[in-house]
Amino acid sequence: MTTASNERMKEVSPAIEYAPAPESRAIVSIRERYQLFINGSFVEPQEGKYFSTINPATEEPLSEVALATEIDVDLAVMAARRAFDEVWSRMPGRERAKYIFRIARIIQERARELAVLESLDNGKPIRESRDVDVPLAAAYFFYYAGWADKLEYVGPGPVPRPIGVAGQVIPWNFPLLMAAWKLAPALAAGNTCVLKPAETTPLSALLLADIIQQAELPPGVVNIVTGAGETGAALVAHPGVGKVAFTGSTEVGKRIQRTLAGSGRRLTLELGGKAANIVFDDAPINQAVEGIVNGIYFNQGHVCCAGSRLLVQESIAEEIVERLRRRMASLRLGDPLDKNTDIGAINSAGQLEKIHRLSKTGEAEGAVAWSSGCMLPERGYWFPPTVFTKVEPAHTIAREEIFGPVLSVMTFRTPAEAVQRANNTVYGLSAGVWTEKGSRILWMAERLRAGVVWANTYNRFDPASPFGGFKESGFGREGGRHGLESYLDR
Amino acid sequence: MASNPTSTGSGRLGVAKTRKLFIDGAFVRSESGRTFATPGPSGNEVNVAMASRKDVRDAVSAARRCLPAWSGLTAYNRGQILYRMAEMIESRSLEFAELVAVREGCTVAEAKGRVEMSVDRWVWYAGWTDKLGNLAASVNPVAGPYFNFSLPVPTGVVAVFAPASLLGITSVLASTVAAGNVAILVAEERGSLVSTSLAEAVATSDFPAGAVNVLTGIQDELVETVSSHRGIDGLDISGLAPELRVASESAASSSVKRVFSESVVEWTEPPSVSRVLAFVEVKTVWHPIGI
Repeated sequence: MTTASNERMKEVSPAIEYAPAPESRAIVSIRERYQLFINGSFVEPQEGKYFSTINPATEEPLSEVALATEIDVDLAVMAARRAFDEVWSRMPGRERAKYIFRIARIIQERARELAVLESLDNGKPIRESRDVDVPLAAAYFFYYAGWADKLEYVGPGPVPRPIGVAGQVIPWNFPLLMAAWKLAPALAAGNTCVLKPAETTPLSALLLADIIQQAELPPGVVNIVTGAGETGAALVAHPGVGKVAFTGSTEVGKRIQRTLAGSGRRLTLELGGKAANIVFDDAPINQAVEGIVNGIYFNQGHVCCAGSRLLVQESIAEEIVERLRRRMASLRLGDPLDKNTDIGAINSAGQLEKIHRLSKTGEAEGAVAWSSGCMLPERGYWFPPTVFTKVEPAHTIAREEIFGPVLSVMTFRTPAEAVQRANNTVYGLSAGVWTEKGSRILWMAERLRAGVVWANTYNRFDPASPFGGFKESGFGREGGRHGLESYLDR
Repeated sequence: MASNPTSTGSGRLGVAKTRKLFIDGAFVRSESGRTFATPGPSGNEVNVAMASRKDVRDAVSAARRCLPAWSGLTAYNRGQILYRMAEMIESRSLEFAELVAVREGCTVAEAKGRVEMSVDRWVWYAGWTDKLGNLAASVNPVAGPYFNFSLPVPTGVVAVFAPASLLGITSVLASTVAAGNVAILVAEERGSLVSTSLAEAVATSDFPAGAVNVLTGIQDELVETVSSHRGIDGLDISGLAPELRVASESAASSSVKRVFSESVVEWTEPPSVSRVLAFVEVKTVWHPIGI
């Protein structure tokens, strides 16, 4: 954030003043150009095309990244297949485990470098990349590494076998963490991988390629092809890919499911969400307000499981909204590399436009928007934390995933009504419940059609804990023993 | 002979059974008024209801309404109802043996063996209802002060494209409802009579109305409607003709349905719990630990 806008922010925001505390970007050296990571080395894309990736907080270009075409994808899949046949599937599990442990360790060693790079390329606050994304990425590799020589304990039935080559397409909201969610279980199960990072956030995956080289993973076990939608489409359609794993929008997920129809190839999908965060009148109010904020404003709301629909019991709705606004006014928006920043930049111009469009629709349909009035930096992509009241269940902003820092508040009277409203969506990824009554938590958890239910907490993730959706939020689980099943044949 | 009503050998004219659809716990004709003829046990032709798109929609509504009731029963209770299915088929074994003999082209003695196997298979799946949780659930050792557990819960409304044999139909249906799902069984044309007789066993087994719905008809005609219906959460296409599977899976993508396809060579192979696990969702619950 510029000094000028910092000054303006002071005038309107009741937030305590902090001196700027930027994390140094000197720790990371970004190359001018990144090639594709195929068969253990960085190689020129066949058609020689590159695209640029920018810092969304400043709109400055960070680097040029290779655009993989069908030919490159084919080379990557062939490299992965060779590595599967000749090396990885033949290697004892205990040896595979040690490679994956090595990756976890090097991520920890190079954690700050990864965090800074992630915040630069994605726009998320360094506080989150440093304390959430990167440590969790290491934890996923560490957790699954330990499974590699214990696959006979994964579940019922005979010793399972790996599938072959996994084609994995990941989103831009948690670039490194999503790479870890995909690669770690696949490698532990004995598969080899071709990973396609998101178009706007390829850099941390390419640094991970460097880490993979440092870990001396055999060539071809992990291949990384950068590009946009067409690259991803080429990867999931490739007949050499035995298992497709996709995290992203429901629209693209449906397209992939259609592509794979009748092929017999395995598929898991982790798609959109429109989670209800439900607050009862007996909830611990202070914790609930923190949970609401963490639920929707964490990572600028670029979270598929974000608690984007706040359902408050009618009797405390006014109080909650009032307290929420007070808390929102103290959120600090600005330079993602500043250690005091709570809200970073929106990841891309396209996403910002979508958030604006849906917010305008919200107002046009009769909902009332409020935001803390924090000043936005002049350059870069920004959207202030916003809360909508007077939202009806039929409103667009109550139904469509916004994927931004925009919360819709609705009320309910009875637990049954809360369940009915919460489940009234095509999605089913997550839900939150806030109440001090234990039996009510379990009663709600039983009835909410969602893959993850956070009770008196929100947005917690752990490699030992299965994560994934019901309904149009996709199928398959990532995390825990369940997360291995989608990478094994029986 | 119980299900061979046209000639009993004693000069008496038998009383034929009208073969209807089974929707919401009731035996109904297709709203379309259509029927098709299928060979009966004594070489006669039997008219069977031919389900329409509207019948599919009615079955989905009934199943959806029943879901909270069926999935909300205790696992012990569901297990007893599946076990009761075994009792009901055992007591009708002669009727089923005749249908199996004509349909599967074997002697009545061989057919009896297949009926017994089907009874035993209902018993096998009945036992899974209250063990699935032990098998598929977990307490997750997360790195923080949280109690974190994962449970298998039913996917919801599952449409089952059934194979033609009694044992096949039993396997696909019993595994689906054992997990707490409600089912819409779409019979293979050649499995029509067995399916409608099975519906009678369902009707006397304490299943709540709508937990199991049985549609007879032409799979080819119903595949698109069933596979794309937004009220259906899962599709078992194990009994679908291979040439219809791509269309079914493709239509299923319109609402991200779970699709399960098992290429079983012989349904006489020992059953596997993977069928029960095919239509469960894993739900994870977090709660802080503190004072």
